[in-house]
Amino acid sequence: MRATLIALTFPLILLPAPGFAAAFEGEAQRQPTNWVAIAMFVAFVGLTLWITKAAAARTRTASDFYTAGGGITGFQNGLAMAGDYMSAASFLGISAQIFNDGYDGLIYSTGFLVGWPILLFLMAERLRNLGRYTFADVASYRFAQPPVRSFAAISTLLVVSFYLIAQMVGAGQLIKLLFGLPYAVAVLIVGALMMLYVLFGGMRATTWVQIIKAVLLLGGASFMAFMVMAHVGFSFENLFTRAVEVKTDAALAKGVNGADAAEQGRSIMAPGNFIKDPVSAISFGLALMLGTAGLPHILMRFFTVPDAKEARKSVLWATGWIGYFYILTFIIGFGAIVLVGTQADYLDAEGALRGGGNMAAIHLAHAIGGNAFLGFISAVAFATILAVVAGLTLSGASAVSHDLYATVFRHGNATSADELRMSRLTTLALGALAVLLGLVFEKQNVAFMVSLAFALAASGNFPVLILSLLWSGCTTRGAACGGTIGLLTAFVLTLLSPAVWTNAFNLGTAPFPYSSAAIFSVPAGFMAIWLISLFDRSRRAEIDKAGYPAQRVRAETGIGAFAASDH
Amino acid sequence: MTDGEGADLISAVAADTRYVTLVKHRSRLGWWLSAIIFLTFLGYLMLIAFDKALLGLPLAGGVTSLGIPVGLGVILLAVALTAAYVTYANRHFDAAMAKILKDHGA
Repeated sequence: MRATLIALTFPLILLPAPGFAAAFEGEAQRQPTNWVAIAMFVAFVGLTLWITKAAAARTRTASDFYTAGGGITGFQNGLAMAGDYMSAASFLGISAQIFNDGYDGLIYSTGFLVGWPILLFLMAERLRNLGRYTFADVASYRFAQPPVRSFAAISTLLVVSFYLIAQMVGAGQLIKLLFGLPYAVAVLIVGALMMLYVLFGGMRATTWVQIIKAVLLLGGASFMAFMVMAHVGFSFENLFTRAVEVKTDAALAKGVNGADAAEQGRSIMAPGNFIKDPVSAISFGLALMLGTAGLPHILMRFFTVPDAKEARKSVLWATGWIGYFYILTFIIGFGAIVLVGTQADYLDAEGALRGGGNMAAIHLAHAIGGNAFLGFISAVAFATILAVVAGLTLSGASAVSHDLYATVFRHGNATSADELRMSRLTTLALGALAVLLGLVFEKQNVAFMVSLAFALAASGNFPVLILSLLWSGCTTRGAACGGTIGLLTAFVLTLLSPAVWTNAFNLGTAPFPYSSAAIFSVPAGFMAIWLISLFDRSRRAEIDKAGYPAQRVRAETGIGAFAASDH
Repeated sequence: MTDGEGADLISAVAADTRYVTLVKHRSRLGWWLSAIIFLTFLGYLMLIAFDKALLGLPLAGGVTSLGIPVGLGVILLAVALTAAYVTYANRHFDAAMAKILKDHGA
């Protein structure tokens, strides 16, 4: 059962390592208030609010708000994308899973990375050439605006909401754990800060929060990995040998006989029960890879750079930083086995980690750099959550103000000032909603919500984008209805899957036995768009198809692409 | 959205054989590279689903298992393919496309 649970939740936010489940159920001990951590966090907040104030003075138009005027460089945007994508849980969750099971943590890391090259090879440049503020600009380029925009906006709001709930609940639990603050206070702080950044600083402030967070996280993790490698004489073989010894000794201490203990020790060097059946394996891979290429808050970042060349560079930097980060977490996880797993101070009476299973990296920070470094890493974890929720909120607000309000309701006649006002109202509403949902879902198992967000993005947004970009026969009806069918299939199958049916709602054996819906819902999305377009004999379909050749030339060349308005 | 702008330019570029060849070449490269990373990751997952023991095999009598270089290899391959595409596109595609557009007065 645990394997299914894990395969299902591949969350960016938090992994259901055994101890973590405890944290989610509210059983985790609150830590004593950590003043160093709070001081460092206050310094981070001070810096980011100062940046927000500077950004606010330059956020006058809708273009400033959505895309920072399109004047972000590829290098900056790559760092910001990495900041958007590397969550507190990638860091704490994956290192904790390696601490517990060894090798399996590496499988997550690879899954999270492989979507980025695909996003680059098939979409990045074309997205930048056709789009202005949101991915809906691209998806609806040659189609009737209201149906396709509405689909894209609803899909964005769904993906963003599920992702936000998971982040808010995770944030509340994590901050309670790290800072000793009450859950509700933690959720309110996250909600309030995120609203300040987005409301006043728009994309410019959000980008800088993400860049600063990425630099802090990469710097902190690099230092930890360096210290771990220094401890084992910069030899992976030594690191693994020591880790296997520690795990073997732990098994011996529990009374396991010699041969079995040695086997348990060695088991951390091979895959465990992460993936059982091949169907779940393929499905899981599809959701991770194609979901990454359909996440609205990631796609939106492509419109912050001046042209297709910078968009391409963004992905290279993002992929490089994220790949580097996952290699660091791998070293940190094994380092925690060696340096934390052997220290009685970090363990409770049963030999489990004090403070919950996700604390491996946090304890390792203490083992390496004492209280000051522990405080630094805790503050980085908090900053990390803020950067992710700010990006999500901005993306949700853009879907409402740019896609629904300006294009569908005002038929493209809204002024930049109207659109900006609507974005800010939506930001307030989304922020309040996020805090509310964070409070409502406190005691719920929300780990499935991230996997749901990925499945929705892979089954709705991805097929619509690929077919509207690359298939001349795609029509308005095909994109809007087919995309919706993909979304619904992913939604319903996820509800019927073990993670939701059995683990979250205790309804018994799940009707849908696999750990991810993607293997069915992604083809369902593609097939539905294809078939509906094929049989679409409407007059609009003729216009849609006739618009393809020109769209394709613009997508490939960048003729008529929206230029940076910043300079 | 910007339909009025440069309709003549667009049909002229679309008819240019250099443009057709360039786009065909770039698309094919994109699909090939996507297929490589997709199949590599799928193969890795299949290996995990069907033969966990193989990945646990120690390398050269040590403790490090075969799974370590394989897993890290998938990460490095993703970064390497990305870097290769970006370098190639910066060096060849951009200049070629800029020349085509310039010849058509864009």
